[in-house]
Amino acid sequence: MNPRARYGRIFEMVRKEFLQIRRDPRLWRVIVFAPMVQLIVFGYAVSTDVRNTKTFVVDHDRTQASRELIETLTASGYFRVTGRSDRPADLVRALDHADAVVGLEIPAGFARDLTRAGGAQVQVLLDGTNSNVATVARGYAERIVQDYAARIARQGTMGGIDLRERPWFNPDLASRNYNVPAVVGVIIMLVCLLLTSLAVVREREIGTLEQLMVSPLSPGELIAGKTIPFGIFGLFDFVAVITVAVLWFKIPFAGNAALMLLASVPFLLSGLGIGLLISTVSSTQQEAFMVTFLIFMPTILLSGFMFPVSSMPSAFQWLTLLNPLRHYLEIVRGVFLKGAGAGALWLQFLALTLIGAFVLTVASRRFRKTIA
Amino acid sequence: MSPINAMRLGAIARKEAIQLRRDPRSLILAFLLPVALLILFGYAITWDIDDIPLAVVDCDHSARSRELVGAFLASGYFSLVARPDRAADLGGDLDRGRIQLGLVIPVGFAADLDAGRAAPLQAIVDGSDANTATIILAYSEAIVRCYSAQILLHGVQPLALVTAQSRVWYNEELTSRNMIVPGLVAVIMMIIAAMLTSLTIAREWERGTMEQLAATPASRLEIVLGKLLPYLIIGLIDVVACSFLGVLLFGVPFRGSPLLMFILSFFFLCGVLGLGMFISAVAKSQLLATQMAMVATFLPAYLLSGFMFAIDVMPTVLRGITFIVPARYFLVVTRGLFLKGVGINVLFLQGLLMIAFAAIGFFLAVRVFRKELA
Repeated sequence: MNPRARYGRIFEMVRKEFLQIRRDPRLWRVIVFAPMVQLIVFGYAVSTDVRNTKTFVVDHDRTQASRELIETLTASGYFRVTGRSDRPADLVRALDHADAVVGLEIPAGFARDLTRAGGAQVQVLLDGTNSNVATVARGYAERIVQDYAARIARQGTMGGIDLRERPWFNPDLASRNYNVPAVVGVIIMLVCLLLTSLAVVREREIGTLEQLMVSPLSPGELIAGKTIPFGIFGLFDFVAVITVAVLWFKIPFAGNAALMLLASVPFLLSGLGIGLLISTVSSTQQEAFMVTFLIFMPTILLSGFMFPVSSMPSAFQWLTLLNPLRHYLEIVRGVFLKGAGAGALWLQFLALTLIGAFVLTVASRRFRKTIA
Repeated sequence: MSPINAMRLGAIARKEAIQLRRDPRSLILAFLLPVALLILFGYAITWDIDDIPLAVVDCDHSARSRELVGAFLASGYFSLVARPDRAADLGGDLDRGRIQLGLVIPVGFAADLDAGRAAPLQAIVDGSDANTATIILAYSEAIVRCYSAQILLHGVQPLALVTAQSRVWYNEELTSRNMIVPGLVAVIMMIIAAMLTSLTIAREWERGTMEQLAATPASRLEIVLGKLLPYLIIGLIDVVACSFLGVLLFGVPFRGSPLLMFILSFFFLCGVLGLGMFISAVAKSQLLATQMAMVATFLPAYLLSGFMFAIDVMPTVLRGITFIVPARYFLVVTRGLFLKGVGINVLFLQGLLMIAFAAIGFFLAVRVFRKELA
């Protein structure tokens, strides 16, 4: 077959798809508007930083010492007193109503006990419903109380081990820096699937697939023609969304932009390929949609976006290797935060390329069958 | 508008149910999908952090430094994967993600400790995942503090001591599954319910049967409500099934009233199904309706409901937006009933807001519907 004619045919098909997309203003919104708005909205949402935790205080002691302890706690910025009372029952109520997540109870005689040999005790109650917040808040509370004790002891250096912490890659431990780049990956995956999963089925339902079948296009060319326009839109979305992440959210971009763009191509192809594959195995749009949905849920949850892959049971950890989003998130986070280069990420590149090539091949084979 | 006629409402509901029954695939998905997803994710996802890969650079080579490392390993949270000779070697391992924590024990560690001086110990943590890093540091500090106290007790007794006695309520073991499963019920049901109804009105438009429906004596409200009824029943069955699974399979406690759960689920489903209806009426094509439903429910249910990210720390504008995410209310209900065992006195506000949401959803769906027909 003449390669020039082949490129010409693909080009015509791409042009036709672009025309169709241009005529559908609502689709435009899905492609251009939605990703940007989503990133801005969700970029603000994705923070797991524990600060200003709602704290309810029951101070039975009412001494200078007890007030100092409460002051130390709130001055840290991690806790914010949202209620006070003399009755422990109010503390229970506050926790039940979720008006407070942490309860601090200072017993009567706290100040007196400070000077005694046995020492004083305070009670910290935590709402464990959100296990994550509770773990972190407990750590902060215990550390602050201990610092307070050290200050009271006025021993200068207390002796003991002085743990010096140094977080790498993200010195402020801002969770947004970790989560926003991942939202980029998630949104692009969503756009890819939404665009392509219905592409072929739709033509079949409208009846235009027959027209395509009598055209001289081969299945591979058809798939290319369907993928390229959405691929271009995907890349456009990618650049726009990354720009928003860096300029709007001021997420540090430590790595190489070209490398990131390069990694996005196989990722986009995998996403579009999965969408097309769904499209070719479904007979109605509704069915295609349900399958898309069925695939998208696990893709997100088993990607490491919200739940670390390393905490999953090992069978699921293996399963995540088939998930393009998992590899892409490693690349995005690595490039953004660690400034990792191709040397550290080649395995993820390879995985994405393999997944992309595999799904596109299967999609075009399935497509040939449906046509025949 | 005429008041709702039960017979006409029933007829519309029956017609929708028959249509649904003829489509076994969507029926299977409507019943099976939530349960399958809950099982899958109940097993797969957890936040519990253990087996943290640790590297130790022990420059002191003393009994004390070995004891400290032993304390880290005995905690069960860490597993030692490397013992490089130089601190500089930690960089490569952190880059590749081979380790998450590096401990550097300097020369003279044991001497300082035994002399009662502050003995420095450096902890280098992979901060890219701030959440995990914070928890790792909290674990490390607890271990170091405990070991440090053991040694100090043999030496000088501190003058004053304040200890914080922590007690965790509702989820005593801090098992993340207890938090995730009730949350998932809310998130999954929001997405599925909206999807189910997003197709119904659009389908009639596409098939051209909308004119026929409009020509029947049924009012618009009757059509909307009648179409909703079968999905409401499916949704309720789903919620009940998911709750049973949570308790029986995953051992999540259910401390509240099952009846209250049922009633509040009813309000929640009305709201979300109404939202789907509204989208369906606006979109008019199944393709667009499903895309809109997906965009409107998927990420908001995960990110803006409080399932993962606390609403309290969001900026004000965004907190305002979370009020139109029905899963936000239902999440408080499921966690409250599963874990806290609270009653209507705590949850009535959520109930009221869900009723309001449902009313607005119906109103908008009927309105858009009428405008389009006219």
